[in-house]
Amino acid sequence: MESVGLLPVLAVSATLFITGAAGVLTRRNALIVFMSVELMLNAVNLAFVAFSRQANTIDGHVFAIFVMAVAAAEAAVGLALVILLFRNRVTVSLDDLNLMKG
Amino acid sequence: MFQPVLFYLFSLVAIVAGLVVVSSRNPITSALSLVACFFCLAADYVLLDAHFVAVIQVLVYAGAIMVLFIFVIMLLNLRDDIPVPLGDISRRSMVGLAVAGLLGVGVITALDRSIADAKVPDINAATYGTITQVGEQLFGGAYTLPFEVVSALLTVALVGAVVLAKKEI
Repeated sequence: MESVGLLPVLAVSATLFITGAAGVLTRRNALIVFMSVELMLNAVNLAFVAFSRQANTIDGHVFAIFVMAVAAAEAAVGLALVILLFRNRVTVSLDDLNLMKG
Repeated sequence: MFQPVLFYLFSLVAIVAGLVVVSSRNPITSALSLVACFFCLAADYVLLDAHFVAVIQVLVYAGAIMVLFIFVIMLLNLRDDIPVPLGDISRRSMVGLAVAGLLGVGVITALDRSIADAKVPDINAATYGTITQVGEQLFGGAYTLPFEVVSALLTVALVGAVVLAKKEI
């Protein structure tokens, strides 16, 4: 059975990664920025899986599972921060967070 | 010839859903598009013989993490993104899109050179990517210590989330 080659998978992965990066850099809503980060992590997972199949090993799958665990931890802490932020400032706009003049 | 067609189809839907995620004004639309994107990526994983990763993708990503996102969006009762003055939008977007475009050029030139005609190896489709193989690698191979570290990380994140979000401890 013919299966898809390495290049198309990496092209899809790169497209998703760049889409997520554009979202992180252009959006102001903290939740949408978080979702864009999740999109980037998924793009990386796709590349891991594609390279893993290309090398005929299973290590890429293990790494993808680790990335998912880290993403879950990041989502939990990040969303707790968003809730804390909303409780104190009644906003989720990143433009309103200029306390540290960053 | 059946598998590449399915792969392109799911990938196209995933990319369109990804574009909706970053361009939608409404966070709920973004979150639901992200769920669609994750499902399509899970289908891509199946086509790449990563069966266990596909299952985990649906259970953990499209299930648990996105439920958390949608729960928070609905808890905060967020309206559409607040409009900003037009000059501000274009300046921010221009810089962001320029940086993302540069990143894209870098990634795509890196793609072109060496891997365009890499051959897909013959893998054993009956055992490759199954939970047995992933589990043997995870628990019997070199990844036992990282696995334990990840469990510690998840515990720390759990405690941290509770400490952050709780009013009085």
